[in-house]
Amino acid sequence: MSIMSYLGAIGAAQREAMEADERVVIVGEDVEANVYGTTGGGKSRSSEGDFLQLFGRNRIRNTPISEEGIVGIAAGAAMTGLRPIVDLSYSSFLYMAMDQFVNQVAKNRYMFGGQASMPVVFRSAMFYGLNTGAHHSDRPYPMFMNVPGLKIIAPASPEDAKGLLRAAIDSDDPVLTFEAVKLWGLKGEVGDDPFRIPLGVARTVREGTDVTLVAISGSVPDACAAADRLAEEGVSVEVIDPRTLVPLDTAAILTSVARTGRLVVVEPAHRTCGAAAEISALVAEEVFDALKAPIVRLTAPDMQIPFSPSLEQQMYPTRDGIVAALRRVTGLAPA
Amino acid sequence: MRTDLPTSTLLEMQRRMTRIRRFEERAAKMVKRGLIPGTVHTSIGQEAQVVGSCMALDDDDYMTGNHRSHGHPIGKGSPLGPLMAELVGKATGVCRGKGGSLHLADFSVGSLGESGIVGSSIPIATGSAFASKLLGRPRVSLAFFGDGAANQGVLYEAMNMAGVWKLPAIFLCENNQYALSTPAHTVTSGNIFERAAGFGIPGVRVDDGQDVIAVYDAVKTAADRARAGEGPCLVEVMTYRFNEHSEGLRIDNYRDKEQIDEWLSRDPLDRLAGRLRDRGITDEQLKELDAEVMEEVDRAVEFANESPYPEPSVAFEDLYTDEVTAV
Repeated sequence: MSIMSYLGAIGAAQREAMEADERVVIVGEDVEANVYGTTGGGKSRSSEGDFLQLFGRNRIRNTPISEEGIVGIAAGAAMTGLRPIVDLSYSSFLYMAMDQFVNQVAKNRYMFGGQASMPVVFRSAMFYGLNTGAHHSDRPYPMFMNVPGLKIIAPASPEDAKGLLRAAIDSDDPVLTFEAVKLWGLKGEVGDDPFRIPLGVARTVREGTDVTLVAISGSVPDACAAADRLAEEGVSVEVIDPRTLVPLDTAAILTSVARTGRLVVVEPAHRTCGAAAEISALVAEEVFDALKAPIVRLTAPDMQIPFSPSLEQQMYPTRDGIVAALRRVTGLAPA
Repeated sequence: MRTDLPTSTLLEMQRRMTRIRRFEERAAKMVKRGLIPGTVHTSIGQEAQVVGSCMALDDDDYMTGNHRSHGHPIGKGSPLGPLMAELVGKATGVCRGKGGSLHLADFSVGSLGESGIVGSSIPIATGSAFASKLLGRPRVSLAFFGDGAANQGVLYEAMNMAGVWKLPAIFLCENNQYALSTPAHTVTSGNIFERAAGFGIPGVRVDDGQDVIAVYDAVKTAADRARAGEGPCLVEVMTYRFNEHSEGLRIDNYRDKEQIDEWLSRDPLDRLAGRLRDRGITDEQLKELDAEVMEEVDRAVEFANESPYPEPSVAFEDLYTDEVTAV
């Protein structure tokens, strides 16, 4: 075990995968210079672990600013023998490539009757809460959950970042990863050996008996802090991090809610048709009888993200908001 | 004109062009009679451009098509039965009945699939060229697209990347001069082939795209160059579709009769037949070739008709490589 940052864990997973399989290549804007910290040991070419030195420009390659072309080319390369990891940096840039994601990456295997497989990983980071304005602050994973054929992961710990990314690279299907930038610096214990965390298995971050709190991506640390606060008042909160949104570990969520009888879902995406909406509907359909209180969703409002810190900070679920929701569903008086 | 192509190659060109013609004529009839669901977009009239391009490629070279793409796998050597079965929506179709006329793919001949979204398959072929280059395989990738798709931005993203990375790619513009009913010159500034210059790659135009050998020559030159590691080319081929944009569509106010007649008089099958006669091939032999192809098409239709429809459960397969419960 080593103590590693979330970002370091991603770098470790990429390096392991590239060392293990020559077909794994990294393409993306500014990947050669290690601008975002996942493709090398430092900002200097002489730093130990510099990917360009280790793997050469054939396997780690800067692209032009051409998102649609990059995504399509990676898809075509994946269909014919490579296993590309595409670094798309800001997740807002995925919109530029919607045609390729929706009409090629997601559909090709299906509409060609299984002739093609698509072993490609698209990495992107959600820079919300960092005053980057409406064009850089998106959390677009729910839009892609609505596209059959894509797998989607949203790790919230260094261990998960490494293990899920290795599994994603192994997958013969296209996987989109959404990383919350505020988790990048998060440190934790990560296994040194190559390991994989299977897609479709949720993580029970904390066990509890009174209420199920499903938290996604950057919401997980706030959810855990809120659970700590409720514990002080004698309320036992079970925190579940789905980790993979497609496939979604529905059994873990339903089993937990069937036991606790209460559900709060928290995520940084917009409210309408978000992951929280999907999970809430699923619980209402499957274990409605177990519910002792209405389900509560904590999300961003259906509003664009403003620039000013004083405006932006009110856009995402907060620790206090989660605490209030937990108090509400468990029948505690508001704090 | 090339003179060193053996007569056997010219005969194979004629055979493949005839296959496309007879296959699509039959498909058009079947659409009319309701025997093919949806519609089909025929490339009748464009056979020289299709076959000249495909035969300039090696068997294991890759290509992607567009919405007008039955001809491309046929040109690359696909058997007709599974293609026809796909058009009818049968389990034995190349895509198991999932794709239909608009999304044919036959990986066995390097056809990585056509695309119903104009221009969308161009980077897929470029990506296969990227893979070939990195994996050290001597394969070339060709992206077919029309004059309409020439105005899609993704073409330029792909050409730029192919150019800067010297990928073994060929961008093949089938300029049949109309994007559905819109004349190319009313929506396209300048010449398409000249746009290659902006990326520092060769751009050539085949003015007589009804001459299969002229197309073959241009694409062979591009393919040899690509295989030698010298990078991509843009080849624009001037051609014409004899039928409507799609079967069942009836609009007759955008192409005048004189123009249609002029192109009909330059039928690619007749053109090559003339050359073959010069080489001593008799009318009898040409008729026999046509009859053989007709029989092949009959057998393909029979195969399609006799094949079962897919089991309903097939609709829920092939989304992922492993079992995943849909969200």
